[in-house]
Amino acid sequence: MHLSSFVEMVESGFDDRVLLGDQKSRITGTEFGFLVRLGATQVHNQYASVIYVGENHSLLPVALFAAAWAGVPFVPVNYRLEDRQLHSLIERYPNSLVLTDPLTSDRLAGFSPKVFDEWLSDLSMIDLEEVGPTEPAENDDDVAVVLFTSGTTSEPKSALLRHRHLMAYLLGSVEFGSAEESEAVLVSVPPYHVAGVANMLSNLFSGRRLVYLSSFTAQEWLTRVADEKITHAMVVPTMLSRIVEHLDGGVLTTSTLRTLSYGGAKVSERVVRQALQAFPNTGFVNAYGLTETASTIAVLGPDDHRDALSSDDPMIQRRLSSVGQVLPMIEIEIRNEHEQVVAAGESGLIYLRGEQVSGEYAGVSLLDSDGWFCTRDQGSIDADGYLYIEGRVDDTIIRGGENIAPAEIESALLAQPGIAEACVVGLPDDEWGQRIVAVVVCSEGHVVDLKTLQDSVRDVLRGSKTPEEIIVRDSLPHTETGKMLRRVVLSELVALQGGTAS
Amino acid sequence: MILKPGARLISAVCTAELMTVKAPKTDLEVTIGGVATIASASARDGSVTAVAGHDGGTLMGKRYVDEADTIELLCTKAGSGAVAVNGELLQLKEAKALPASD
Repeated sequence: MHLSSFVEMVESGFDDRVLLGDQKSRITGTEFGFLVRLGATQVHNQYASVIYVGENHSLLPVALFAAAWAGVPFVPVNYRLEDRQLHSLIERYPNSLVLTDPLTSDRLAGFSPKVFDEWLSDLSMIDLEEVGPTEPAENDDDVAVVLFTSGTTSEPKSALLRHRHLMAYLLGSVEFGSAEESEAVLVSVPPYHVAGVANMLSNLFSGRRLVYLSSFTAQEWLTRVADEKITHAMVVPTMLSRIVEHLDGGVLTTSTLRTLSYGGAKVSERVVRQALQAFPNTGFVNAYGLTETASTIAVLGPDDHRDALSSDDPMIQRRLSSVGQVLPMIEIEIRNEHEQVVAAGESGLIYLRGEQVSGEYAGVSLLDSDGWFCTRDQGSIDADGYLYIEGRVDDTIIRGGENIAPAEIESALLAQPGIAEACVVGLPDDEWGQRIVAVVVCSEGHVVDLKTLQDSVRDVLRGSKTPEEIIVRDSLPHTETGKMLRRVVLSELVALQGGTAS
Repeated sequence: MILKPGARLISAVCTAELMTVKAPKTDLEVTIGGVATIASASARDGSVTAVAGHDGGTLMGKRYVDEADTIELLCTKAGSGAVAVNGELLQLKEAKALPASD
């Protein structure tokens, strides 16, 4: 199926239901469909794609669906990138309609940008009868959305999601129209992230009103939740931890929030526990997915969270750090280095297969002949089917022939008092091939004795997994969604050491 | 008619509307409430009523499939008529509800 059919479903099912807008304007399904049809007339036969470079906007879905209806890809780009990188990503998609916000517009002088609000108000001047409606595109093998991967281990790549991938995800995981009219979702994930796209699509599909937060602060998020009577929200771990910090032990027993989902990067178990206490009547959902899998492929649901919190059984408590069970329409295998499937509980590379799995970058498909996609994420599945993510295989440190996952050492460091953040990398070493170096950030007001810290890690892990050096810093670099930029940390350390990363 | 994914089906006898998710490339006769579907809801004049046995209704958001699982239709607007293909009433496809993850 094609996203243009999605528009017709919205017009049919939610004709007079409010789906978009802010306090000033409320947009129903019929009005949304009309805006999409108008927008498509301005894109069809004129542009090769629609690029969006800007903050979240209450009518962002109009841009995505107008592109889809006109049969061209929608390409959201991170407006926070520095000019040179931003320009080089836009140049990859020549002859595009470049939609932007007023602040970003000045930085895009060479690309004839159009401020999204102005583009929208121009649409209202169009007489659809006069220009003639654009027929909806219908080839579901066309590219619907292009997303740039976050590039924690390499330069950003353009991941392609076709209409059939996105529709397979929606049809497989969301019941059309299942939301009640009073439900509303607060979207605070950025538009250029797969979670932002999935957030938009799945909530519209369920008929839930979308309220956009243009840029995130914990205070603003909490205010909007209360003012707009928000029932659903999705946040990335950094946001969750800021909300918990802002509440500072406060408990929101009367929050309207029924479901709070989080994902996009690894989250600290401590933050999840604090969040569960802060929102005692809210259902928590942890979602795991990749850009290349058109969003979520595994979920840890509300009951799993509360069971883990109240259980005495360490195997059940542990689930709070898992990403739950895979969705019914997804097949998963954990394979070892010989590509053999391993037993329950054993670690290996995560392979996925399913209709929503694209596994495709501009020009290259990474699916094997049987349709399996290697995520390059390391993980394990326990006997009950709970999936645990252990980090990127490309981040694996090889010390003296032994494969060491940085995540394991980072967890040991984070379990120590006074450690807020930790990043473990392997630096080139003549004797061992790589040696383990940890960079840590202390919690506010804490001073850490490095020797004691090293000893306490050695007590938990073996000597070969203990960092040879621990460096204290004020902060670590992250992507917008809270993924640690390991390659930046690594290249800085290598530069200090006077060499190049292997 | 030949149905393609994305083709809309609108009832002549009730408010029901469905979207084609999957269909075989063969000539099919789709009815809602036992009466052939129409091109647009504005063509419905209320003069036609459902045939007995075809009045079980269609439910919003639910999917309807045939015995052989060759056709699948998704209801985007509920109605009192039931959907049938070549005279065979379609069955409700049960799906497990998943927690809202995004």
